[in-house]
Amino acid sequence: MPKVNLSHFEAALLFALFASIVMGIVGKKTDRERLHYGLYLFGCFLAALVGLGWLMKLGHG
Amino acid sequence: MPKSTETKGVAPAPISAWLPAVAVGWLIPGGGHFLLKRRGRGALIAASVTLMFLFGLAMRGAMFTPQRGDILTILITYGGFVGDMASGLLYLLATWLGYNQPDVAGHVHDYGTKFLVSAGLLNVLGMVDAYEIAVGKKD
Repeated sequence: MPKVNLSHFEAALLFALFASIVMGIVGKKTDRERLHYGLYLFGCFLAALVGLGWLMKLGHG
Repeated sequence: MPKSTETKGVAPAPISAWLPAVAVGWLIPGGGHFLLKRRGRGALIAASVTLMFLFGLAMRGAMFTPQRGDILTILITYGGFVGDMASGLLYLLATWLGYNQPDVAGHVHDYGTKFLVSAGLLNVLGMVDAYEIAVGKKD
C-alpha cells in the first residue's frame, strides 16, 4: 500500500466528500432530495472547515 | 363498562426480513443495498466506505485495540475498536494480512486513524439504511 501524504485541507476535503455522499444517500427519500442534501452537507463541511480554520488563525494571532 | 384503551401496534418485521441485508451490509459495504436491488445507492456507499478505508490505510492510520484504564481510555479504545470493526471485511482483511500500524505523532497518521474509524461509522449508516429498506420504512 503506497503511503499518502495529504495536507490538513486535502484530508478534510476528502473526509467531507465521502461523508456527504453517504449521509446524503441515507438521509433523504428521493434521488433529487439526496443530491441536494449531499451538496448541502458538503457545503456545510466546507464552510465549517474554512470558518474554523480562520477562527484558529485569528485566535493564534 | 369503560372502553378498551388498547391500541393496535404495528407488528415488528421478522428478523429474517432484514438480518441478511444488514449482515451482508456489514461484511461488504453497500452489499445490503445490492441484496435489496438498490444497486446505485449500494455502489456509492461501497465506493465511499472502501475509498475512505483505503485512504486511512495509505495514511498509515492506527487501528484501535480495546484497553482498560480510566473511563476516557475505555471509551476511546472500545469505541474506536467498534468503529474499526464496523468496516467488516475491509477491517478483517487488513488485520489478517498483517496491518499493524503503531499510533505515532503527525497529522497524516492522525487523519488516517480517523478515516479508518469514520469508514466504519459510515458503513453503520449504510446498514441502518439497508434495514429501513428491508422492513419497508423506506423505498
